[in-house]
Amino acid sequence: MTDNSTTTTVAEAFGPGPAAHPPTTVATNTGVTPSPVQSPRSRMVERTIGILALVGTIATVWLGIWVTPPDKVQGDLVRLVYIHPGVAWVALYLAFGLAAVSSLLYLWPRTRSLFWDRLAAAAVEVGVVFNVCTLVSGSIWGRPTWGVWWAWDARLTSTAVLLVLFLGYLALRRVPAEPEVRARRSAFVALFAAVDIPIIHFSVNWWNTLHQGATVLNPNLSAKIHGSMAWTLLLGFVALTLVFVWMLLVRFRIGVLEDWLGANELDLALAERQSEGTGPLDGSAADRVGAA
Amino acid sequence: MWRDAALVAGKDLRIEGRSRVGLSQVAPFGIVALVLFAFALGPDRQVMAKGAPGLFWVAVLFCTVLAIQRSVSVESTDGARDGLRLSGIDPAGLYLGKAVAVAAQLVVLELLLAIGVVLLYGARIEVPWMIVVSCLLGTVGLAATGTLYGALSSGLRVRETLLPFLFLPIAAPVLLAGTRIWQAAMAGGTPAAGMQWLRLLVVFDAVYLAIGVVLFGPIQETA
Repeated sequence: MTDNSTTTTVAEAFGPGPAAHPPTTVATNTGVTPSPVQSPRSRMVERTIGILALVGTIATVWLGIWVTPPDKVQGDLVRLVYIHPGVAWVALYLAFGLAAVSSLLYLWPRTRSLFWDRLAAAAVEVGVVFNVCTLVSGSIWGRPTWGVWWAWDARLTSTAVLLVLFLGYLALRRVPAEPEVRARRSAFVALFAAVDIPIIHFSVNWWNTLHQGATVLNPNLSAKIHGSMAWTLLLGFVALTLVFVWMLLVRFRIGVLEDWLGANELDLALAERQSEGTGPLDGSAADRVGAA
Repeated sequence: MWRDAALVAGKDLRIEGRSRVGLSQVAPFGIVALVLFAFALGPDRQVMAKGAPGLFWVAVLFCTVLAIQRSVSVESTDGARDGLRLSGIDPAGLYLGKAVAVAAQLVVLELLLAIGVVLLYGARIEVPWMIVVSCLLGTVGLAATGTLYGALSSGLRVRETLLPFLFLPIAAPVLLAGTRIWQAAMAGGTPAAGMQWLRLLVVFDAVYLAIGVVLFGPIQETA
């Protein structure tokens, strides 16, 4: 037997993946907890919000790029204003606020439920995406406007610190642990961070104002905002909030499935192995190993 | 609570007194950091004197991470953590005791580093009392937060890598405030600029000490 054929046989032996053994049949055969199924209603809600978010985003982009006029002072750069504040609003207030509140609700004995933990986790994860988008879109705007990619402005700095705190929370969540232990741990970390936010906010503000007299932020976008510009700005906020909610729902559902998989992984794998041995002899893996 | 705190702090300090890990490893690391900062900023003493406040506090922050790791690791073997919980010591007392022990070691370390900064960087201190007060308040804040995060991460296998990542951003206000107060103290003149930062440190300390006293019990159950 040549080396070549050996490789092929081994590959074949491990070949039939999960597709050959649908997990659902395995589950019913061996009494593994069936995977949580999304109710039709929540699926409909999720889809509706997703479609609305998509439509809203497309409309914002269309209005922002083709319909609204360029700014007198900033020209086409002003178009970032339809995205940037909305993204920042989601990242800095919505996502973090939701994470802090849900963590607190988890720690509160009367409302303790993994629901709040998963909600906080989903909010932080989506919040990190939005936070990075805030920094990136701000940077793109800052380079032509201020001449630098990054300024140690109070707002930028506290946004960056917030991102680091978020990332720490996610790093902690990645440490394998029982769901309850992980939930408590993460909730504490979220709480400590939330308490720190106002202090960081003040200290960074003072730090900056002491450092440089007048700040370059808060530019006077034109004093009179054009009608279509105001509407596009508003639509951008709504659309991005919908995108956030949709991502939150999807991430939450994935979290539920992840927890289910974590609890049943070994049982599932065992059941699959057993069904390989006892399954119908239709050219299954065991056969081929024998032939080799 | 206070008696328990004194007992725990005494225990931790006795361990330090016998093992000398802080004195023989953490403090020299702080000095190494100061020397490295000097290399990084070049031999220009004016630049170094200007950067001295920030470099001092960054060195303190790094040493705090080591001190916290040490404070956690003395409980990590022989089921010492479970033993402490079984001994009926009040969790708030345990928290305060551990924090006091860390703070005491940090104060000694800061004294060393301050001397180092003055000698090596040529930093001139015009208002010494502000330096002393900022160090004391900053130390309390670092020990208060550090002990919380130490307890939270005590059961984790990835403690060494995760703790700095979680703890250092939280301690950012201490670094900012400490640096500003030092700058004010070095510039002399009116201490008004430093006062609001001192107040910020007081708030920071109070908030995290309160959290620790109230929540240390539940946090221990998590680990």
